[in-house]
Amino acid sequence: MKPVFAYTKGMCRVDTSYCPGCTHGIAHRLITETLDEMGRLGDAIGVAPIGCSVQAHKFMNVDMCESAHGRAPAVASGIRRVHPDKMVFTYQGDGDLASIGTAEIIHAAARGEKITTFFINNCIYGMTGGQMAPTTLIGQRSTTSQDGRTVAQAGSPIRVSELLSALDGAVYIERVALDSPAHIRAAKKAVRRALEIQERRLGFTFVEFLSTCPTNWGLAPADAMKWVGSAMIPYYPLGVFREPEVEKAV
Amino acid sequence: MSEKVLMKGNEAFAEAAIRGGCRFYFGYPITPQSEIPEYMSRELPGRGGTFLQAESELGAINMAYGAGAAGGSVFISSSSPGIALMQEGMSFLCSAEVPLVALNVSRCGPGIGGIQPGQADYFQVTRGGGNGDYRIPVFAPSGIQEAVDLLYGAPELADKWRNPVMIFADGVLGQMMEPVTLPEQRPFADPRDIRTRKPWAITGYGDDDARKNVVKSLRMQPDELEIHVETLFEKYARAERELVSAESAGVEDADAVIVAFGTMARIAKEAVDILSGRGVSVGLIRPISLWPFPYGEFDKIGPRAKVVISAELSMGQMIEDVRIGVGKRLPVRLIHRTGGMIPSSLELADRAEAIYKEVAGR
Amino acid sequence: MSSQKLFFAGSGGQGVILMGQMTTYAAMYEGKETTYYPSYGPEMRGGTANCTVVVSDRPISCPLIYDADCVVAMNLPSLIKFEQMVKPGGILLLNTSIISQRPSRGDITVYDVPVNELARDIGNARVANMIMLGALVRSTGVVSRGSVVKVMEKTFTGSKARLIDLNVSAFDFWKMPQRV
Repeated sequence: MKPVFAYTKGMCRVDTSYCPGCTHGIAHRLITETLDEMGRLGDAIGVAPIGCSVQAHKFMNVDMCESAHGRAPAVASGIRRVHPDKMVFTYQGDGDLASIGTAEIIHAAARGEKITTFFINNCIYGMTGGQMAPTTLIGQRSTTSQDGRTVAQAGSPIRVSELLSALDGAVYIERVALDSPAHIRAAKKAVRRALEIQERRLGFTFVEFLSTCPTNWGLAPADAMKWVGSAMIPYYPLGVFREPEVEKAV
Repeated sequence: MSEKVLMKGNEAFAEAAIRGGCRFYFGYPITPQSEIPEYMSRELPGRGGTFLQAESELGAINMAYGAGAAGGSVFISSSSPGIALMQEGMSFLCSAEVPLVALNVSRCGPGIGGIQPGQADYFQVTRGGGNGDYRIPVFAPSGIQEAVDLLYGAPELADKWRNPVMIFADGVLGQMMEPVTLPEQRPFADPRDIRTRKPWAITGYGDDDARKNVVKSLRMQPDELEIHVETLFEKYARAERELVSAESAGVEDADAVIVAFGTMARIAKEAVDILSGRGVSVGLIRPISLWPFPYGEFDKIGPRAKVVISAELSMGQMIEDVRIGVGKRLPVRLIHRTGGMIPSSLELADRAEAIYKEVAGR
Repeated sequence: MSSQKLFFAGSGGQGVILMGQMTTYAAMYEGKETTYYPSYGPEMRGGTANCTVVVSDRPISCPLIYDADCVVAMNLPSLIKFEQMVKPGGILLLNTSIISQRPSRGDITVYDVPVNELARDIGNARVANMIMLGALVRSTGVVSRGSVVKVMEKTFTGSKARLIDLNVSAFDFWKMPQRV
């Protein structure tokens, strides 16, 4: 009998500590399941950020290290130098990557580091407690934009995928969403494509996941899923922003 | 041993780190140590190593953390303001117990300060500029040969203690040239057997996920974190006994004792000779390890001594350790210059003699 | 000689750093203790390039100096700024090709070395600093001629080996004036 669904070896057999309706678990699974399907789970080295997913190493069944706020791409660059043949990835949230870690992500992308960054964009600081992130939408309330973010006061949200697309070293950039089964299936394809391009050592690869944070958004899980489609996708359009031009290993 | 070669301090430091087995270097240019990243970019790739210019010192220390966590033997260097930026990483590496060899070719502060030599990073390197309870062994050479020998041995120390080890040189040592004998190249460690040598390193666990490794710093449970920090400090207590190092001369029958490290110790040696010619017997204690500080050396000071003088290129930082070492036995005084100004041996001798005469009531 | 402190000063491009380094190399080849320290302290603000060399039979405590057995002044600002550094009885070597002002000190020995004119006599303007280096070595005796030649032989190798003779003859070109 063929199983229709099973645990993946990529995830540790423990409960995650994420809130109900949070999509971290889905993203974790997409990444580790894909590594397993590629036969690279034992070759993978992950870098966890600061934020809710700082303890991703408890859930993802790969060798991992933690990193200080925003520094994951620099840490991964160092790991990559020691293990040029392994699969190296960072997993980062929006406060970590798009605010305190902007220098590290931009330069890792510019250098064309042969790593993959998985970027969880949920428009808010999660673990820290619902503060305004660089990706918080205009009008969105947070504990540091209590009447809603304004352009005048905080500027416009950063579209990280588009920003990184300007860099030649970034060879694959795609934004996906985790709000529906169809989008999740598409997200898995993006994960696979990013990791395959890393395997072929073509350059820096990046997948942005539009994700949820029902707790800090103040929404029920189902409503949070809907908000991704109604509020986030209009500002953060899904799609492939960059693909390898030359399909051969350097 | 090979023959003597004449090398600029910074280049000798870089070469010593390579020969000591450091295969990975991450750096960012800053005066007065930019010759080091330049040298590494030229030398490392052709010798089987890796050079990477980081986007900032923050990037460099975190690359170093990644490479060290992955089992690589890593060397980084910078100068005072850059070392300040690296403190977040230093604290992190200590907590995660990742080895690293770091070099501070120090200059003056505060702020951007100046590019001239200074020793005002004493607190930064010995007390830790980063957050939390941690310690970093710090060694202060006073010549290029000594710096070379310390750097050559540092990778082994860092691996043994699973902790960053810092060499604290100053701009004079970085910029000057002196004949030096370079030790033999130690072979770079084979990346394929990292897991055997460093069973804690993140390398990818291969076929056996029971051997999954995690290198981490975060411990959310207070009881867990307390045990972690206590364990670190048991390690530091052992390091304190094993790593303490100093050179002292003439302290048993000295009228006065000067304490100085690095370049200031070289000037002090000349001042001691000058004062000897004037009939004042001055002993010299030169701490080589700044942490652990050689408090025990002060027990050797003989009964004739009237005063202990801390001579520093700062407003007086090491003097706090000197006071701990001396206790209430003797008065402790400071001779200092700052801002990049360096006293001549004559100036130091005159000031030390004046202090001695004042204290001795002559 | 137990110890000699030398100070070389001029403007960038006059070969000041090279003179200092070659002296240091020569001292090392003689098995002497030696240190070299380039302009890096506050004195670099005068628009001059300079360096300090100490050569000694004993270990050198301090690479920094505040007085010198010999100062080499390659341009006027160097003379003005560093004349006072020469110890009483010490030596001042003046590049009189471009320094017309006379030193004010009466307690030191001054040698005029018009390096540009002498280099022109040799037929190569680029060896001016080697002429000055020869003057320094002969007036101070800090290192031997043979050691300097050895430095040149180690410096100029391969296709540059043909430059050795030119540099050696430049080194030998300036003659010590006979004492009256």
